[in-house]
Amino acid sequence: MNTRRYIDSFLVLSIIVFSHALSADSNLPIQFKTIPATQNSQDDSAFTLSVNCPPGFENIEQKCHLRSLYQQYDSLYDKGVGGLKTALPTVRDGFSPQQIDLGRLLFFDPLLSGDNTLSCASCHEPDKGFSDGLPRSIGANQVDVGRASPTLWNVAFLSNFFWDSRAHSLEEQMLGPLYSEKEMATTPVQLINELNNNKTYQRLFRQAFPNGQSAKITLQQIYTSITAFEASLISLNSRYDHYAHGYHQALTENEIEGLNIFRSFVARCAECHTPPLFTNQQIAVLGSPEPPGRELDIGAEKTFNNPDLRAGFKVPSLRNIVKTAPYMHSGRFENLRDTVEFYTKGRGHAVPEGEKLLLHWHIWEPDLTERELDRLVDFLGTLTDESFTPKIPQKVPSGLPVNVGQNITKKIKKYTSVRGEKP
Amino acid sequence: MSQTSKRTTRNWKTYLLMIVIFAIGLLVGKMNIDGSATIVGDANRYQKSAALESTADNNVSFGSVATIKRRPFNGQVHTVNDGESIQAAVNQAKAGDMVKVMPGVYKETVYIDKDDITLTGVIVKGEWPVLDGEKKLNDAILYSGNNFTVENFKITHYKGNGVMGQAGNNFIIRNNMIIDTGVYGIFPEFGKNGIVEYNVLTGIEDAAIYVGMCDNIHVAHNQVFGNVAGIEIENSRHAIVENNFAHNNTGGILVFITPGLPIKTTYDVIIRDNFVIDNNHENFGAPGSIVAGIPKGTGILIMAGDEVTLQNNVITGNNNAGIIITDHGHAANLTLDPEAEPNSDKIAILDNVMYNNGNEPVNEVKALMLTKLSNRGPDIIRVGESKESCILNREKYLTFGIDEFGTCAFDSTYGTKTYLLEKPVEPRKITAEERGKLAYYGICAGCHAYNVKMVGPPTQVIQALYMENPQGIVDYITNPVKKRDDYPEMPPQNYLSEEVRIAAAKYMLDVKK
Repeated sequence: MNTRRYIDSFLVLSIIVFSHALSADSNLPIQFKTIPATQNSQDDSAFTLSVNCPPGFENIEQKCHLRSLYQQYDSLYDKGVGGLKTALPTVRDGFSPQQIDLGRLLFFDPLLSGDNTLSCASCHEPDKGFSDGLPRSIGANQVDVGRASPTLWNVAFLSNFFWDSRAHSLEEQMLGPLYSEKEMATTPVQLINELNNNKTYQRLFRQAFPNGQSAKITLQQIYTSITAFEASLISLNSRYDHYAHGYHQALTENEIEGLNIFRSFVARCAECHTPPLFTNQQIAVLGSPEPPGRELDIGAEKTFNNPDLRAGFKVPSLRNIVKTAPYMHSGRFENLRDTVEFYTKGRGHAVPEGEKLLLHWHIWEPDLTERELDRLVDFLGTLTDESFTPKIPQKVPSGLPVNVGQNITKKIKKYTSVRGEKP
Repeated sequence: MSQTSKRTTRNWKTYLLMIVIFAIGLLVGKMNIDGSATIVGDANRYQKSAALESTADNNVSFGSVATIKRRPFNGQVHTVNDGESIQAAVNQAKAGDMVKVMPGVYKETVYIDKDDITLTGVIVKGEWPVLDGEKKLNDAILYSGNNFTVENFKITHYKGNGVMGQAGNNFIIRNNMIIDTGVYGIFPEFGKNGIVEYNVLTGIEDAAIYVGMCDNIHVAHNQVFGNVAGIEIENSRHAIVENNFAHNNTGGILVFITPGLPIKTTYDVIIRDNFVIDNNHENFGAPGSIVAGIPKGTGILIMAGDEVTLQNNVITGNNNAGIIITDHGHAANLTLDPEAEPNSDKIAILDNVMYNNGNEPVNEVKALMLTKLSNRGPDIIRVGESKESCILNREKYLTFGIDEFGTCAFDSTYGTKTYLLEKPVEPRKITAEERGKLAYYGICAGCHAYNVKMVGPPTQVIQALYMENPQGIVDYITNPVKKRDDYPEMPPQNYLSEEVRIAAAKYMLDVKK
């Protein structure tokens, strides 16, 4: 594991070094797969970066620091797991308002993809819980990327990223989608050149990184900005949170019943989806089914080179979970009712024949009643809070269209025709 | 313990293993490793007290009672009579109150999500208040509040746990009878500073007393029998398990690091003055559970725990082995966790009473013992690495795999009376102003920025309106009315306590940017 981290950080490092080499010589040939954006040659003064921190953050000397009522509490070993009045895991904060706001523009800008059609927001849409409503995301050239887009809410508290836990920082994580041929399919060379050729971005990066060593935009600055924006997506003021902080009227009787089922040792949900983040960030082998016709995804077996973790995936947070259907790593379940039902249909009932999975010990046969399943779904509905949803920019510095939420119908059509399967 | 559960599927492998182990055993026997001349362990691992040396009386812990100090009681008492709802009384109770439950049968799940609540059963002429889950309800008592006490209940026929805590500190769980309640009898999790004492538990299909991811724990004077596991200390630190009677479980007392949990260590555990007798019950653990891999006839099982000291226990009649010390690699149903250290290191076996163990060892143990030319299972067996471990009076026991253990540099733990904290864990210290700031940024700032219009009017505008009148803000946000045509009506913030509301209002009037 440690070795792996070293290798990963070495990779990140080498890409950064590489980028510096590039910025010193920007005359390298660049191949655009499509026509580059039109308005990139002139500085558009309409774009300014916010000097204020987003909601949820206190501005101390131009650094944004998270403030949450959960900071009234402690947690054992600062792990951020426990019960209702438990502190959160260590937060990633301290970015400047400008970095966060620049990250917002980058996040919604299709300039970041190889063919300038996809932005981060194509698969992480604000009104879909920063997921995309698809069983598995559709990347460049309409390719099924193989796994479901995870929510970005509260990623500031996570220490593992991707379903198979193969990255350990947001910066490291974004290298995956940015450069994967199946996803955004750009390259470090293309990315850095396109941004450096854009006068507006040049100015905005100088604002966000006033102490930058190079006059050119660096890859590291891009990663930092996007990280800063992603880490600002905080959702901690749901009705559940009102209950947790002591206002017990916040939940209905049915929802409290659901909470008690959720944390009971029969359903055992809270053993892995541990409050306050509703994940313990560990890997669990559930033996959940793949959509019809899809082979078993080996998940974390590959990351850790450990067959015991075959088909193991990171426990996802459940905050804003009602917004992110369909569910599980490959979107097997259309709704929460079917998802919670999976856990009571028998230990290993969906494991393909001939597969031997070392199922997590909390996967057992709780014999939940129909009523209990309904109450669990009721409870999951209390974890919704989108009060800090950031503004979607109407336009982005590249001049490319901000297509959040518009691509999706096209994509779904594509999905149905390509896969012959309802998403 | 390890290979047992795989026995059915891996018969041939087991036999192969037996042969290989036999060969290795002979080899090891010939090498004649003997660590007895090496003194191991810090002689000062446990406190020494002057009083200990002067009076023999102090030299035993038996009968000593560890306590957690509670504030003097000046709360209200809420009495629940047969036919009434305990939960209704808990809902009425405020921090510092006591809920008294009279004898009767109560069929409910009681949850306590507030601090300083005492839930006490009243036993009248031998009649107990009974919590009966009728095999339908999940858990009897769930708590998340700090300073929670539950005592004097008979709890039976729940599907999940008898008493389960998530993150409450300074808990006291005592004098309960927990009978046939499903998975765990008493299960505090993520708690610091807690006592589990004088409880009787039986018929539990996992651990009767399961301390999970906790610190500073005292488990004493309990009787556990007829369970899969009697007492389990898991991913926890600074725990004392003393004066308990664990009999006829599958395994008596367990000290584990279970992999895949967010808190990944177990160390500094004292197991002393317990009776660990005849733990030979058939394993009825749920398939796939970790305890389902425990061979019946196991007295004490240490898996991956560190700095575990065993002193003055009476360990007899356990048909597989008295004490098993093992690692993750030899355990069944486990996935290795790269962040959890898999070995049981710094184990100290001080003087204990052990005899008549190992009458019917499981095959794997039998195979190992054959290398020692014995048909019996051992008093003590170690498989897997165990660094810096030690033992006293090793010649008293039939053992396997501990020849290389050194001789302990210390012979008693009694100087360390308890790992409970002198003062209960206090909530994080936070001033009213800080609390106001957290609420302002954490909640108000979602709609109010300092000097720009968001969903609601800018903070500056509010400051002008309510200058030096925070109570005015409190009154408004508690029960808002629509005031401005160009803004949506504000949702009520009455879910915040009065204290937080006034603190947030004051902060809002003071904030400068």
